[in-house]
Amino acid sequence: MNFIIQFVNSLTSGGGAYQFLNHILNGISLGSVYAIIALGYTMVYGIAKMLNFAHGDVIMVGAYVCFYTFGALRLPGPLAPLLAVCAAAAVCTLLGVTIEKLAYKPLRSAPSLAVLITAIGVSYFLQNAALLLWSSSPKVFPNFFVLRTVDASGETAVLRSIQFGSLSISFVTIVTIVSCIVIMLALTWFTGRTKMGKAMRACSEDKAAAQLMGIDVNATISLTFAIGSGLAAIAGALLCSAYPNLVPTTGSMPGIKAFTAAVFGGIGSIPGAFLGGLLLGVLEIFAKAYISVQLSDAVVFAVLIIVLLVKPTGLLGRTIREKV
Amino acid sequence: MKKKLLCALLALAMLFALAACSGAPAEEPSTGDNTETNAGEEPAPDSGESGEEEAQLSGETGEEPGGETSNEASQPTDAPAPAGNAFKLGGTGPLTGGAAIYGNAAKNGAQIAVDEINASDSPIKFELRYEDDAHDAEKAVNAYNALKDWGMQISLGSVTSKPAEATSAESFADNIFSLTPSASSTATIAGKDNVFQMCFADPNQGTASAEYIGSQNLGSKIAVIWKSDDVYSKGIRDTFLEEADAQGLQVVSDQTFSDGNATDFSVQLNDAKTNEADLVFLPMYYEPASLILAQASAMGYAPKWFGVDGMDGILTMQGFDASLAEGVMLLTPFNADSTDEATVKFVTEYEKRFGEKPNQFAADAYDCVYAYCQALTAANATPDMDAATINGLMKEQFTTMTFYGLTGTESGLTWDASGAVSKSPKGMVITNGAYVGMD
Repeated sequence: MNFIIQFVNSLTSGGGAYQFLNHILNGISLGSVYAIIALGYTMVYGIAKMLNFAHGDVIMVGAYVCFYTFGALRLPGPLAPLLAVCAAAAVCTLLGVTIEKLAYKPLRSAPSLAVLITAIGVSYFLQNAALLLWSSSPKVFPNFFVLRTVDASGETAVLRSIQFGSLSISFVTIVTIVSCIVIMLALTWFTGRTKMGKAMRACSEDKAAAQLMGIDVNATISLTFAIGSGLAAIAGALLCSAYPNLVPTTGSMPGIKAFTAAVFGGIGSIPGAFLGGLLLGVLEIFAKAYISVQLSDAVVFAVLIIVLLVKPTGLLGRTIREKV
Repeated sequence: MKKKLLCALLALAMLFALAACSGAPAEEPSTGDNTETNAGEEPAPDSGESGEEEAQLSGETGEEPGGETSNEASQPTDAPAPAGNAFKLGGTGPLTGGAAIYGNAAKNGAQIAVDEINASDSPIKFELRYEDDAHDAEKAVNAYNALKDWGMQISLGSVTSKPAEATSAESFADNIFSLTPSASSTATIAGKDNVFQMCFADPNQGTASAEYIGSQNLGSKIAVIWKSDDVYSKGIRDTFLEEADAQGLQVVSDQTFSDGNATDFSVQLNDAKTNEADLVFLPMYYEPASLILAQASAMGYAPKWFGVDGMDGILTMQGFDASLAEGVMLLTPFNADSTDEATVKFVTEYEKRFGEKPNQFAADAYDCVYAYCQALTAANATPDMDAATINGLMKEQFTTMTFYGLTGTESGLTWDASGAVSKSPKGMVITNGAYVGMD
């Protein structure tokens, strides 16, 4: 009862509205990171019908590649981050396709449980390989999104956020949301309008029938993994720009939360992943701010359970009627 | 098909194992070792795929122990103490993982002290060995057992609190005397008459921090952000709140986080900001602290920051933007900028060997070895004594002796029977990317 009173009080008191807005902004900022990771999950699930639990760890690999390329390049201006993200995307795409070829393709006709366990295995393999390669001492990811301004007296000021009155939004948040929307639109267009995209949707509906129609199912699934892993690299760079600690387990917790977001929004649905990610982020911040920090995850998952009880396919999930 | 896959995976695993080996500091003895084991293995059955696979498998398993022993064997080469007439001194610490900066600093500090003592004409010689515990209680007990098998006679305990609570119980049961450089929780020494601390205890840190803030008028409205699932953090926070009350400091925001949600601190920082806290107290390790500093800077919140000894190490994180930590204050028992002769000598040697300024963990471990040296000399202990005998002698020495080291005050350090040390923290502030004494 207490927290409801606290909630109402904080809304009606003077600083409450400002606080509330601030929490929404922080929630959107956290949620947009979840959303961009969830896009990768939902894409692979929608087409290959498998949960790629190694997605979070591909993100971590992407972030490490980005970190080291950026450190090695030492170029001025926005060129270095761009090149670093491109390098990370290339490495992750290759990694994703390799993982699919080595670990998932031999199990194409195996029960889905076997694939799930393999995915968890791949996730641990990546984490431990990263531990060996890059050691577990934390790296601090550089903040790509800063404005360096030189004022009249010649002093360089580093801007990390924009001020709207007393509210401040960091550049990372803006970039994350914008790239999230762009990626979502591009993916929707790709799966809906292009030939490869149509092949993907065909595979997701019925692999056998798609094959009969002359679609190369294996190539299509590989392409899905390539795109999903490429997105993971971008997600890694954005995740670590917002929360700059890079360790081999960086990807696992956001990965699980993003998976939750994908289920929340309706797994397999691209706009659903976006919506689910944002809502999850806002919910988490609200639960932390108005209920309790320790209980925040419990609250978030309780809401998830309720949503799934009412709408088992998630917010934007398609209801598939089983025909007998 | 599956066999090929297995082969490919094994080859990959070998590659990683090799990459890991090459990261180890001493390679020369390891290569000799490896070629030997491989040469022994290779002429084994080689016809057919399965044979090849077996050879690869055994090659890999043969390699790993080789790599590890060579890694351990590299330590005595640093300290040319003849085995047999040196005291076997062991310790566990996070040499990898999130708290690796502490473990490595302590190991390096202890190594310098051991090398100095072994090179001097002191009758006491040491053989030092550190095992990795990755800041994990379970791994720490395994590491401790490995040290016991090696024949450890006296122990440097564990570097961090969580593992130390586990290993100190073991060394109490085994009658092996333990002096931890930096495990500051009270549970580490509580109820164990042979476990001593070189650092001041957590409650002491909380009280001292509050006193310091109060007496120096650093802030009037205080926010505390602490880690609710960490004994270290909770211990400091609890005593800080008590003393803050006594000092008339107003704690306007008291926020927590835990392992699962240690990435986003916007709520905690917002709470501090809206409650107009002008000083934020961070009783935690440097990893979350670095995130808090970065996020506060991104949201344009710039209060005074006050940390404890866990903050030490933040500047040596790879890629950390030191400007974020500008003006951060922390309490440590050691000041690397101090101009007294012993400190200067230690700092120069440490910088020469490891390329960075030593933090308090290095200094604490250095002091531990010298305290042992003093106690062993006074007790006329010899390396052929068993651990239990030395245990009895050390208990007697440590409760009666006064030790003068790098850390602590000019009047020297003494220990009471519980194992706690008399030591006062020094206030430091980060200025231009370096620690500077506040007074």
